Amino acid sequence: MAGSDRPLSPHLQIYRWYFTMALSIAHRFSGVALAVGLLFLAWWLTALARGPEAFAPVEAFVRSGIGSLLLFGWTFALFYHLANGVRHLVWDLGFGLEKDQAFRSGVAALAAAAIATAVVWITVLAL
Amino acid sequence: MVAFSLPRNSRVELGRRHEPAVQPKRPREFKVYRWSPEEGRNPRLDTYVVDLDDCGPMVLDALIKIKSEIDSTLTFRRSCREGICGSCAMNIDGHNTLACTKAIEDIKGAVAIYPLPHMKVVKDLVVDLEGFWAQYESIEPWLKTRSPAPAKERLQSPEERAKLDGLYECILCACCSTSCPSYWWNGDRYLGPAVLLQAYRWIADSRDEATGERLEALEDPFKLYRCHTILNCTNTCPKGLNPAKAIAEIKKLIVERRL
Repeated sequence: MAGSDRPLSPHLQIYRWYFTMALSIAHRFSGVALAVGLLFLAWWLTALARGPEAFAPVEAFVRSGIGSLLLFGWTFALFYHLANGVRHLVWDLGFGLEKDQAFRSGVAALAAAAIATAVVWITVLAL
Repeated sequence: MVAFSLPRNSRVELGRRHEPAVQPKRPREFKVYRWSPEEGRNPRLDTYVVDLDDCGPMVLDALIKIKSEIDSTLTFRRSCREGICGSCAMNIDGHNTLACTKAIEDIKGAVAIYPLPHMKVVKDLVVDLEGFWAQYESIEPWLKTRSPAPAKERLQSPEERAKLDGLYECILCACCSTSCPSYWWNGDRYLGPAVLLQAYRWIADSRDEATGERLEALEDPFKLYRCHTILNCTNTCPKGLNPAKAIAEIKKLIVERRL
């Protein structure tokens, strides 16, 4: 058929991002990050069960710069995924789908995640 | 399927710049996507300079001026020039909208104009909407009844009629569907926001007697549930409608039917 060599029009390359669009892909990314984080959680738990020698490398990793950074990232990913997940539940009930509502609930989800992350880390660092 | 980059034959190259014969008093650049099947080359971005003092206020006015005064080969669809036919849907300044209702003054700097995203290009700003229309046909967008036809028309209370507000205004311009990343990646199987809004328009119609079969036809992991509430559809609709809300209502009705 004619047109099999027709080009595909540009999409991601040219589409100007909406705030809600960015939050949507952030939800996906945070979910993927948390799935990878489960590997760390499993390592942490099995090492904990096996005793002090096995736990030493976990301890070292957690206290290292990169380890702390990853944990901080996972904390934020967890709270963002949670807050945005609640946003999705509300949408599934048919509420909050107007443009301004969706924008404001997005800001709220980000803020909630930031505050919860800050609370956790302030608490942890104070221990 | 998800492919973030464009196929080799679709990458946009730098095109030519049409210098104005006389320097305009109020010049504005328009960077327009060009592709012709006859040239056997990649798409390119051509630049035109239009004098805003000698041009109508809308992007469509500028396109028509370019076509009639600078480059008659520029190809685009347009008809009503008042936002009711949906022909001049395109990507302007990064968002899908109608060229006839988008004011040039609302855009800062050069005006970038591309065809509707992630569609096969027929020529320049004209994309192939065959698949889109086939999907529209698949939801059977007409009144379906089983009860015998009344002597006069099928009546509807003002309240029942009000349920169609925000749905019947859809002009099927395809701005929403082609703004949706889910439709970009799965447009062959996901119906997309425009067609789902139309599906809901018939589901919500009190006179229609095929609600059950309509909902059953939609209950499919791809046709309906590729909607991830990204909300590009609602953000971009040039008529101010809310396809995301219509899709949410369909999902709710499917759940409620089970209870």
